[in-house]
Parts: sequence; structure tokens; C-alpha cells
Amino acid sequence: MHWTKIRTVWNPAFAAALAAVMTAGSQAQTAAPSPAPNPPPPVRSSMPTRFAVVLDPAHGGSDEGARLTSQVYEKDLVLTLANRLRAELTAHSIPVVLTRDSDTAVAPLNRAEVADHALAAACITLHATTSGSGIHLFSSSLTSIPMSSFLPWDTAQGAYTTQSLRLSSEIDTAMAQAEIPVTLARTALEPLDSFTCPAVVVEVAPLLHSNSATPLTDRDYQDKLVHALAAAIEQWQQDWRKGQ
Amino acid sequence: MIPRHQRILFWVLLAASVIMALVLIGMRQRAHERTLSASDTMPMNPPGQASAQDVTYVLANDLKGSVTEERLRLTLPADPNARAQVILQHLIAQYGEPKSTHPIAPNNGVTEVFFMPLPDQTGAGSSGTMAVVNLSGSFVAAHPSGIEPETLTLLSLIGTLHANFPQITQVRFLVDGQPRDTLAGHADLTRVYLASESPGPKHP
Repeated sequence: MHWTKIRTVWNPAFAAALAAVMTAGSQAQTAAPSPAPNPPPPVRSSMPTRFAVVLDPAHGGSDEGARLTSQVYEKDLVLTLANRLRAELTAHSIPVVLTRDSDTAVAPLNRAEVADHALAAACITLHATTSGSGIHLFSSSLTSIPMSSFLPWDTAQGAYTTQSLRLSSEIDTAMAQAEIPVTLARTALEPLDSFTCPAVVVEVAPLLHSNSATPLTDRDYQDKLVHALAAAIEQWQQDWRKGQ
Repeated sequence: MIPRHQRILFWVLLAASVIMALVLIGMRQRAHERTLSASDTMPMNPPGQASAQDVTYVLANDLKGSVTEERLRLTLPADPNARAQVILQHLIAQYGEPKSTHPIAPNNGVTEVFFMPLPDQTGAGSSGTMAVVNLSGSFVAAHPSGIEPETLTLLSLIGTLHANFPQITQVRFLVDGQPRDTLAGHADLTRVYLASESPGPKHP
């Protein structure tokens, strides 16, 4: 099984207890065995020490994703959105890490590794489709699991389920203010389930009106989407600072 | 002057010719009727054991990002595997309708469904049934790509199966008889789906 080591802020009391256990263990090799005290559970902080955002434009390279128009593929559109969102967040002094910044294929495993090493406060995977209207927001369908030093690779996101749902709610609110319809759902998806950060999948779709539709290639619509996502992340940053 | 025996022979041969012509015409007519009946495309009467049943469909809606239940009455075959296949084919046919809320190109999407009893962990008996749904390659190739449309299709298929066959606890998908990574680039087809996670009526 593949495991992921996640950032840990050790409680000094637990560190002392752990040292005592290790000492007792080493002594046990030379002296009579004595029952080791049960160590207290590790106290961890799921909050990183700096606020950074991981943007994960889906697909890339030979994996083109959905064909949005005769000339535009999902991999290109989500990369454009990611680059524009990065520019907007960087302008607001928010560090951004991209899992890919060019038209290259990146395996889900590598995407999760990039996201997990970034120690991010938010991870956003971008997808696009021609079905539906507005934004489809997905969070992991994993059941919540307690935070621990090592998390199973395939279900690591389970430790962040509650925070991911809050991040999803933040984006939902920002989209509502931008008058972009949102559908909320949960799904099992690579690499989302391996992310050790509050994570959501944002799938963008055309904006349907009563008798017309704004395509995803519309520049104004893209601006609206990017501004709303940036606003949500800024709000998330404020919430994060309060929790620090 | 024609001899008498030659006149008799003439009339006998003429009568035989007429009789043979009539027989040939009759045989031709019967052959024609057989050909017509073989190419008759009118629906046949349902088999004696088939009966109309209430069927629950879990229908996807792309705009709402949700699924809703709808009931129909259909005549279905008695065999559970064939019945499940007919139900799912009818479900996918509805998505091919012009005003579908979850448009998918009209297609013979489900080529086979078969049920496999799952052994109980204790080995004492069965703990439910796994339905293996074999999708056609043409259906998968024509399916809209995206997390939402693909997820809704799977939820609709799983929910419809579970609503009509409460004994189904797990569902797996194959494409042309082979495992496949995703439906159309997003929804995972390698995993086993739990029917209890699907929307629709819940069965104990």
C-alpha cells in the first residue's frame, strides 16, 4: 500500500512522551522488559504554516479531455484558466503552485505529490465540460477519517473532508455573488482523493440562459469565473488567518 | 384421319399438362406466402410467461446535477439478467430522446447484464448480488465527456438497477467485455460501486 507522510506539528508533550517510549524501548533491549506507557495521540495541526494554493489543470499532453468546440479541448481551456487565476492570485500576494504549466501529461500520482509537497491551504483541480450550466463543484466522497502521521495514499483526502466542504461552500458563495449557477456534488476521483489539503474539483460548463448559451471560450465569462474563484480564495485566506 | 389412340393420347397429355400447371401455380403461391410471413416485422405476442411490470427509472438531469425517479409499466422477460438488460436499454433510449435532460446519442448502450451472487464473509451464504454491466464501445465513445455527465450516467444506471433489483449490492462496469479506466475520461470504471451509495429508493 502507498502511504503519504503529511506535515505534522508535534505537541511538545507528545514529543517528550515519544522520547520516553523510545528510551524505554532501547533500554528494553539490554534490561528486563517493562511495560511501555501508552503514548498520547499525536496532536497535529491540519493548517499549514503559510497560505499557498495549488491549482491543478486536469488532463494535458495526449490526454485531451473533453472536446469543447471543434478547436478547443478541455486540457487547453483549463490551463488557460489556471494561468489567469494564478496571475490574479499572485497579484494579491498569494503563492500559487501549478501541477502543470504547459501542455504536458502529468500522472495523477505526480499531481498529488506536487500538491502534497506544496503544503497548501487549498487545492483546486480544474475541469471543463459542455454538459450542464455554470459550475459543478465536487468534493471527495470519502468518509471522514481522523488525522494521523501517515495517511493511506488512496484515501488521504478523508482527513480533510470537513475543510474541503467548507472550501466548496466558500466557492459556492462567491459564484452566487457572480450570478453563476452552481451544482454541488461529491465524487471519487484521482488525484483528488490523495490530496492532503482542503481540496475541491471545479468543473466549468457553458452558461445557459433561457434561449441562448455563453460558451466557455467567451472571454468575459472566463473573467467572471476567474474573478469569482479568486474572491473565494481570498475569503478562504481570511478564514485561514483567523484559524491560525 | 387421325387414329383414335393418338387422339386419346393427346387429350391425356393435355389434361396432365393443365393439372401440372395448376399444381405449380399453387406451390408458387404457397412459397410466396411463406416469404411474406418470414419478413413480417409486426410485433409478435409476448411470451406466455411475460407480464407487464412497474419499473422505476432513476433519470439524470444535467442542469440540476441531480437524478429523479420515474415509474413506467413495461412488459419484461422473466429471466432476471435479460430483464435488467431490457430495463437499462430502455433507460438509455430515453436519454436519446430529443428533449432529454441528460442527452446521450441514441445507442444500444448496454449489451449484457449478468448477476453474480456474492459470498458471505462467514461463508455461510450469500451477502447480496453483484451486477456486471457490459457497456458497448460505441456508447462509451459517444458519451459526453465531463465529471458531471459521466457521474450522473453511472448514478442513473446503478440507481435504476438497485431500484428494480433490491438484491443488488454492488455494480461493476465493463466495456465490450473488458475493464476500462474511465467512462469518457473522468468517471472511474475500475472500481466496484456500492448500490447503497446510489440515489433512488433504499432497500434494507
